[in-house]
Amino acid sequence: MKPMKRSNEPIFWSLFGAGGVVASLVAPALVFITGLALPLGLLGPDALSYERMLALVSSLPGALFLFVVISLLLWHTMHRINHSLHDIGIKAGLGGKVIFYGLALVGTMAAAYFLFATPL
Amino acid sequence: MPDRREIDIEVMRYNPETDSEPYIQSFRVPFDEDTSVLMGLQYIKDHLDGSLTFRWSCRMAVCGSCGKMVNGVPKLSCKAFLRDYYPGKLRIEPLEHFPIVRDLAVDQTDFLEKLEAVKPWIIRKDEKPLSEGTYLQTPEEVSSYLQFSSCINCLLCYSACPQYGLDNSFTGPAALSLLHRYNADSRDEGKSERMPLVNSEEGVWGCTLVGYCSEVCPKQVDPAAAVNRGKVNSTMDYFLRFLTPRGGVDS
Repeated sequence: MKPMKRSNEPIFWSLFGAGGVVASLVAPALVFITGLALPLGLLGPDALSYERMLALVSSLPGALFLFVVISLLLWHTMHRINHSLHDIGIKAGLGGKVIFYGLALVGTMAAAYFLFATPL
Repeated sequence: MPDRREIDIEVMRYNPETDSEPYIQSFRVPFDEDTSVLMGLQYIKDHLDGSLTFRWSCRMAVCGSCGKMVNGVPKLSCKAFLRDYYPGKLRIEPLEHFPIVRDLAVDQTDFLEKLEAVKPWIIRKDEKPLSEGTYLQTPEEVSSYLQFSSCINCLLCYSACPQYGLDNSFTGPAALSLLHRYNADSRDEGKSERMPLVNSEEGVWGCTLVGYCSEVCPKQVDPAAAVNRGKVNSTMDYFLRFLTPRGGVDS
């Protein structure tokens, strides 16, 4: 047998797995709050007001929470899309990795910039 | 009153010496409640066309020889029954993703090479002499690999696996399950010899967890779970190699 080359997939699979935890545990609650509870008036009109949201992103725990949610869900989604392309027979190869993981990286850096680089 | 119904069985035929491509031949076969798909094929060979070629041995889901595609689904033909397809008909084809030798017999060479590559045996650094007795295991240690040891190498999971169908450099469900079966065995000391294969793209990382392998397995082995545990092991190995001299692999 020819010598085997170590795959770098563990990096992306770890991010995918962590994103999967966020997608299954946190994302449904966020969908409920922003998509159902607020429009149905279960939370009161000021629950997600500008001032409250500004306070959320201006606090370190709030910014960290949003960073984790945004970046890990991006890594999870992009990994799944990349592999689903393979499943339906499209060989995206290295180009696919660059495009999809690149998008996740850009989203992660943008989230970090807007959440942390601007003065809290 | 004897139950003698008849069912149509369409069989894929292919003789590479005379046929340019495979074709379908139809047979009408009598059956009763106990007639397996394999017995249907044997009826064809005994009474209708002696040239029909297919593999079988034990007739009771132990040997793993008689796998076929039955209406597009990988099945052990001894474990599938004609009654379940009546009043419809059956289309029996060779296992998908393998080259055809003749009719329903496929060439298993690729799988056998992969099976050998995972070193499916207990590796010891020092074999202790028989006089020192057997290697003991707790029930918990046994349960960590027991289900994966039920594999009978029937290749249904390879026919089910879309990744193996797209690119057969992938080691595949059964071989990776057996690899995990030995890596998870407390008596084994060969993990470091198997990890390079696990860690490669041709190893566990060729899998996208479709899970159809576990659905078609006639022995409830759950290869998808074995591959996913391999992914966890490979991820530990990937990151821990920076922390420990021998990586995550036991020395």
